Amino acid sequence: MATGQLFSRTTQSLFYNYKQLYIQRMLDFDFLCGRETPSVSGIISPGSEGFQKLFFGQEEIAIPVHATIEAACAAHPTADVFINFASFRSAAAASMAALKQPTIRVVAIIAEGVPESDTKQLVAYARANNKVVIGPATDGGIQAGAFKIGDTAGTIDNIIHCKLYRPGSVGFVSKSGGMSNELYNTIARVTDGIYEGIDIGGDAFPGSTLSDHVLRFNNIPQIKMMVVLGELGGRDEYSLVDALKQGKVSKPVVAWVDHEGAKSGSQLESAQAKNQALRDAGAVVPTSYETFEAAIKEAFDKLVEEGNITPVKETTPPPIPEDLNSAIKSGKVRAPTHIISTISDERGEEQCYAGVSMSSIIEEGYGVGGVVSLLWFKRSLPHYCTQFIEMCIMLCADHGPCASGAHNAIVTARAGKDLISSIVSGMLTIGPRFGGAIDDAARYFKDAHDRGLTPYEFVEGMKKKGIRVPGIGHRVKNKDNKDKRVELLQKFARTHFPCVKYMEYAIQVEDYTLSKANNLILNVDGAIASLFLDLFVGSGLFSKQEIDEIVEIGYLNGFFVLARCIGLIGHTFDQKRLKQPLYRHPWEDVLYTK
Amino acid sequence: MARKKIREYDSKRLLKEHFKRISGQELPIKSAQVTESTNFSELAEKEPWLLSSKLVVKPDMLFGKRGKSGLVALNLDLAEVDSFVKERLGKEVEMGGCKGPITTFIVEPFIPHNEEFYLNIVSERLGNSISFSECGGIEIEENWDKVKTVFMPTGVSLTSESIAPLVATLPLEIKGEIEEFLKVIFTLFQDLDFTFLEMNPFTLVNGKPYPLDMRGELDDTAAFKNFKKWGNIEFPLPFGRVMSTTEAFIHGLDEKTSASLKFTVLNPMGRIWTMVAGGGASVIYADTVGDLGYAPELGNYAEYSGAPKEDEVLQYARVVIDCATSNPDGQKRALVVGGGIANFTDVAATFSGIIRALKEKEQKLKEAKMHIYVRRGGPNYQKGLAKMRALGEEIGIPIEVYGPEATMTGICKQAIQYITAAA
Repeated sequence: MATGQLFSRTTQSLFYNYKQLYIQRMLDFDFLCGRETPSVSGIISPGSEGFQKLFFGQEEIAIPVHATIEAACAAHPTADVFINFASFRSAAAASMAALKQPTIRVVAIIAEGVPESDTKQLVAYARANNKVVIGPATDGGIQAGAFKIGDTAGTIDNIIHCKLYRPGSVGFVSKSGGMSNELYNTIARVTDGIYEGIDIGGDAFPGSTLSDHVLRFNNIPQIKMMVVLGELGGRDEYSLVDALKQGKVSKPVVAWVDHEGAKSGSQLESAQAKNQALRDAGAVVPTSYETFEAAIKEAFDKLVEEGNITPVKETTPPPIPEDLNSAIKSGKVRAPTHIISTISDERGEEQCYAGVSMSSIIEEGYGVGGVVSLLWFKRSLPHYCTQFIEMCIMLCADHGPCASGAHNAIVTARAGKDLISSIVSGMLTIGPRFGGAIDDAARYFKDAHDRGLTPYEFVEGMKKKGIRVPGIGHRVKNKDNKDKRVELLQKFARTHFPCVKYMEYAIQVEDYTLSKANNLILNVDGAIASLFLDLFVGSGLFSKQEIDEIVEIGYLNGFFVLARCIGLIGHTFDQKRLKQPLYRHPWEDVLYTK
Repeated sequence: MARKKIREYDSKRLLKEHFKRISGQELPIKSAQVTESTNFSELAEKEPWLLSSKLVVKPDMLFGKRGKSGLVALNLDLAEVDSFVKERLGKEVEMGGCKGPITTFIVEPFIPHNEEFYLNIVSERLGNSISFSECGGIEIEENWDKVKTVFMPTGVSLTSESIAPLVATLPLEIKGEIEEFLKVIFTLFQDLDFTFLEMNPFTLVNGKPYPLDMRGELDDTAAFKNFKKWGNIEFPLPFGRVMSTTEAFIHGLDEKTSASLKFTVLNPMGRIWTMVAGGGASVIYADTVGDLGYAPELGNYAEYSGAPKEDEVLQYARVVIDCATSNPDGQKRALVVGGGIANFTDVAATFSGIIRALKEKEQKLKEAKMHIYVRRGGPNYQKGLAKMRALGEEIGIPIEVYGPEATMTGICKQAIQYITAAA
């Protein structure tokens, strides 16, 4: 066991297993103490390399991340403390690897549940090599004004309250992390404060013992008295008793072991027996925890009277800005949001679409059409509406490999590209001439119908403006070879829709255009456009303003995009299954001209 | 770590299996376990030796001195074992100041023998102690001076020289066998993460060691390493410790969370009830009530820590409050909601669960004449304490609230003053 000082204002450490909040607390403590350099040199995160951003006061710094303990120790040879936040499963192995590094002198093991046999190996190695293990199952330790391990002493508020940013005269050692924090407060209240505090952890076999640290404290001139908080179970307090009896400890020791609870192994291990043995050996031992504070105060006051303690010069630590998160949480600041979501909320127990929970969606059988109605229109639509939506998706899923979208997806797939790239390549052809005419069709048909234009007036008016009527015309289908998709949709609407006035108007327009040319039929875009207008009006769930907005924003192309994606994915898979080679358009099919 | 006692049956099961794995030699141990659900016919089919051997039967309940207490039956056949067990199964017995029902027995072949040796291995911080004696069995305590002990430091291999002092006085014809036995047992002890292993006694059958009575403790924090080796291991509760339904409920919550939730009813009629954060602090609160002379009034021991979720705290607090208010006899009662200054646990978040429970149980709390005393510090504690104060006004139950400026256990004194003040 080392003879005295473990830490200083220049102590450097390596932090194993990245825990942002704990490292940040260490750096905040460093800044509060007026340290010139942060106490964490490097982070070890198995499998990672790079940097982590953290604050040192108001300034952001980058701390290097290393993949292995060996690499970290080589990169940071002045770091002699290893703070191990590994889980209980890997804590022992990482600790042993660290102890074997020549640069590491102190290892703190935070994990609870480390097997006893593993700890014993660490103890044996540390003793043989004159190194120090704190833990397992420790919160760590702190040297006031100098260095803090992980989360010791908790929040910055608490550290300021306990004046841990500057050294006092008391050395404190405990078996309990939670009670350590309590004692930092108690000691601050009745003495000039802590010089060093160590939590050895609650395991039966700690890496270092109460007496190990008391003997160290005895060798540190700045420490004038010691406070010890023990626990029932184990025999660790007796090594302290032995040290006291042998006269190895010359400074006052105030000690207390709490009792109650389950019986310990033998009479020798009970709290009463421990307290009595400590008392017999010369320690000051109060009769209850309630009088512990008074006993500490009495011992300290006596030292002051004897002139053994020089008063601490009080300083004001530099302010640390509050984290934005905690300031928001405590209501000190208001931070505006940047995005609004009205359709989907994934916070809480269950995700909701437009206020409807996942359970309802599944249990009530909303289906894909129902989900679309919630996420696109923010309401539940009647079954005939959701069924119509699903029909559109099915009927528009694909139209062969020769359409622009499918063609481009196929070319891209044959170029060896992944699924997403192929889909996007095809999808980007969707526009006014391929698939994307639904919204324009809805706009023009709605406008013409609502203004009471006759088909002649509508079509000839568009012609004068030089605009092709969207939703009219097809390259292949014609009067004698009608598009079956349109027939199916119109048949469904006649059966189920309360209102079909836009569809009827579209059919009248088609009759007129067919009188001019054989291929000027109502195409699937036009049919879908007119039928959705009827759906909105007929369902009674959309106000005129909402319908105008839907048409203006352009919701309806979304149906084609959604549906055709199914076919694009299918074509991509097809080409990959067929292992088709790279496509190059034949020269003979290109007119090269000046 | 936590050292957990295991049944003799499990100790012997592990010994038989791993003695063979480690040494290649078979230990001819045979044992069977009998519980309330055991069917003797099926057991005999599975373990045919039960029908062909004379048998020993004894309780397997983690208490010793069964022989001296007349709980061991020797030299029986299976039908007699059945009668012996039926007579005692579920019956309550008292051992060493603890009472409880006998639920489990172990049945083994009856081994007539002369020699009785003692062996004990204990894990210590710097190594392991091995103790051995030629005068084992029921008389071990009268012959404690004959027990010899050697200490094996961690990392040092056990050799014949290491254990020579233990076997020095043994006759030459058995020394080698026992020496080899000790080596294998020591290896097995370390390999399986035993923390304590005792054979009292073991004897010699055909010149080879045979354990008769055995006790073992495993380090249950090593379960993740020994999952396959230990097989279906059971860590029974200490004898006499029977969980009430509420305690079992909390135990179930505790097992499902990484947080710690502990609850033990000490006196259902008690008038001081605690709900304390932190293992160290909760012991100190109970201790303080005892030091102030009111240990008999302490209703429970309770502890939560490790940042449990709000819903977990809510369920936990409901149980504590239900127990605390289950006997409204007109007398005053106090609920102490205490804790140290937390390092990491968000006070406001955990208090939210407690506050929800207190709101739910408002009527019961009033009927029990409950006053509530709160003391806590740590992250977000101001908000947590403010919510507690607001709750007191909202539900009309007196709640005294303190932060870290008050001593941790000062509220115990106030609680006692309240329950002892004239009505």
